[in-house]
Amino acid sequence: MSDHTIHEVPGSSRRSFLKQSSALAAISLTPASVINAARNGMDEKIAGVFEKMQLNVSVNGKKQQVYIEPRVTLLDLLREQLHLTGTKKGCDHGQCGACTVHVNGRRVNSCLTLALTTEGKEVTTIEGLANGDELHPMQEAFIEFDGFQCGYCTPGQIMSAVCCVREGHAETPDQVREFMSGNICRCGAYSNIVDAVMSAKQGGKKI
Amino acid sequence: MNQFEYTRANTAQAAVNALSKETGAVFLAGGTNLVDLMKRGVSQPTRLVDINGLPMDKIEQTATGLRIGALAKNADVSEHELVKKHFPLLSMAFKAGASPQLRNMATVGGNMMQRTRCPYFYDTAMRCNKRQPGSGCDAIGGYNRMHAIFGASEQCIAVHPSDMCVALTALDATITISGPKGERKMAFGDFHRLPGATPDKDNNLQKAELITGITIPFNKLSANSHYLKVRDRASYAFALVSVAAALDIRNGVIQEARLAMGGVAHKPWRLTEAEKALKGKAADLQNFKEAARIAMLGAKGYGYNDFKLKLAPNAIVEGLKMAGGV
Repeated sequence: MSDHTIHEVPGSSRRSFLKQSSALAAISLTPASVINAARNGMDEKIAGVFEKMQLNVSVNGKKQQVYIEPRVTLLDLLREQLHLTGTKKGCDHGQCGACTVHVNGRRVNSCLTLALTTEGKEVTTIEGLANGDELHPMQEAFIEFDGFQCGYCTPGQIMSAVCCVREGHAETPDQVREFMSGNICRCGAYSNIVDAVMSAKQGGKKI
Repeated sequence: MNQFEYTRANTAQAAVNALSKETGAVFLAGGTNLVDLMKRGVSQPTRLVDINGLPMDKIEQTATGLRIGALAKNADVSEHELVKKHFPLLSMAFKAGASPQLRNMATVGGNMMQRTRCPYFYDTAMRCNKRQPGSGCDAIGGYNRMHAIFGASEQCIAVHPSDMCVALTALDATITISGPKGERKMAFGDFHRLPGATPDKDNNLQKAELITGITIPFNKLSANSHYLKVRDRASYAFALVSVAAALDIRNGVIQEARLAMGGVAHKPWRLTEAEKALKGKAADLQNFKEAARIAMLGAKGYGYNDFKLKLAPNAIVEGLKMAGGV
């Protein structure tokens, strides 16, 4: 955490500000971007500008400094602002696992992770898995065993599978099924996915 | 999702203070339930007070048991050596819940605070006394397959969805709470409540109170305990019915029994009378069936969930068999 005190965020007076006065009455105190938004009659955008907070997060080894609203999820930050569209939005409610990424090495649902809670952390997405042109052994295994059909759930499956192995939860096919249950595949490629995970686990390469 | 303000708390006191002075403020821990509820418009806080920076994630042995911090992640507790050794029931319950990704995010305190998964609670177009007091309950007379068979009221038939809480109820855990008036302790069984006329209240936490941890006393039940979860698919689904069963068996005789159920009531449902009936009895099928019969006294179905009236006692017997190695 970069900030270890309870603090009033820059946007904390936004509501009272909007309640107490019209936006235009306060323009002398506000940045140019807000004045422009106000002139265009865009109240919501004013609020957006006011509520944006700084986030420092490392994504695939690259340090990022962004300004976002508190309600932005890690998934939306990755896809909409950092243009890392490999991470997929499936259900957007933590039920399908398509959005799985690693935060400090642990697999999580990025759709239920508010981006601001990743301050100072290391995020890895499917784009960060390969080493240059050399695919990660789990990516190779999914290709070899045809662990997908349409491919939409695949980035989440692979990110989840990497942690499944690293956690020590890929000892048997049954254990893989249990510990990959947070990733739904509507095409039903499950048996090939289990084969791919087991093969990667037993392949001897570092996962 | 509504707009809200976001603050990070560095001390429990600062977190409590932040909630004390703002009615619409809530704590943010793992966020797995809260963020979902916010996306659906069911929860609309004005401020999230992020407590993830608080040093409350330790799992420690004390003279009399284990102390688990409220911010310990579900996955970390389930895999912890001390938990697996002393309270395998709890480890099993954790592993039965949610998915590996969610267990990496979800905390012990947040697990206790999670809301029901009643679909009428989640759908803001429906009537729900829990979401909007006084509006009515569309689950009664509706599609209530997942709903309560014990302790429901005319206002609410929702169930508490947690697995962890069922195990902690059976294990006689104690909750430590920090609040505006200082610290206090609460028996785990007293935390969640029945819906009665105020189903909007899930538990007995007071305004601005923060769960800081739980303690579980050592027992002699670890050799014979089992968490059985019956659900619609093999993994990653909420319980239709679950059973936490733990027995202290010596020379084939039950010295002490602990039994609790999930998926059947607005709170983790401790089966005290069935426990009493098992004490001093042989650990055999006949006694397990009698315990299940006693446990089901007073159960009531609401139509689509009538199958639970048969499933629940069968699950109790099966849970006891697996716990007792019978």
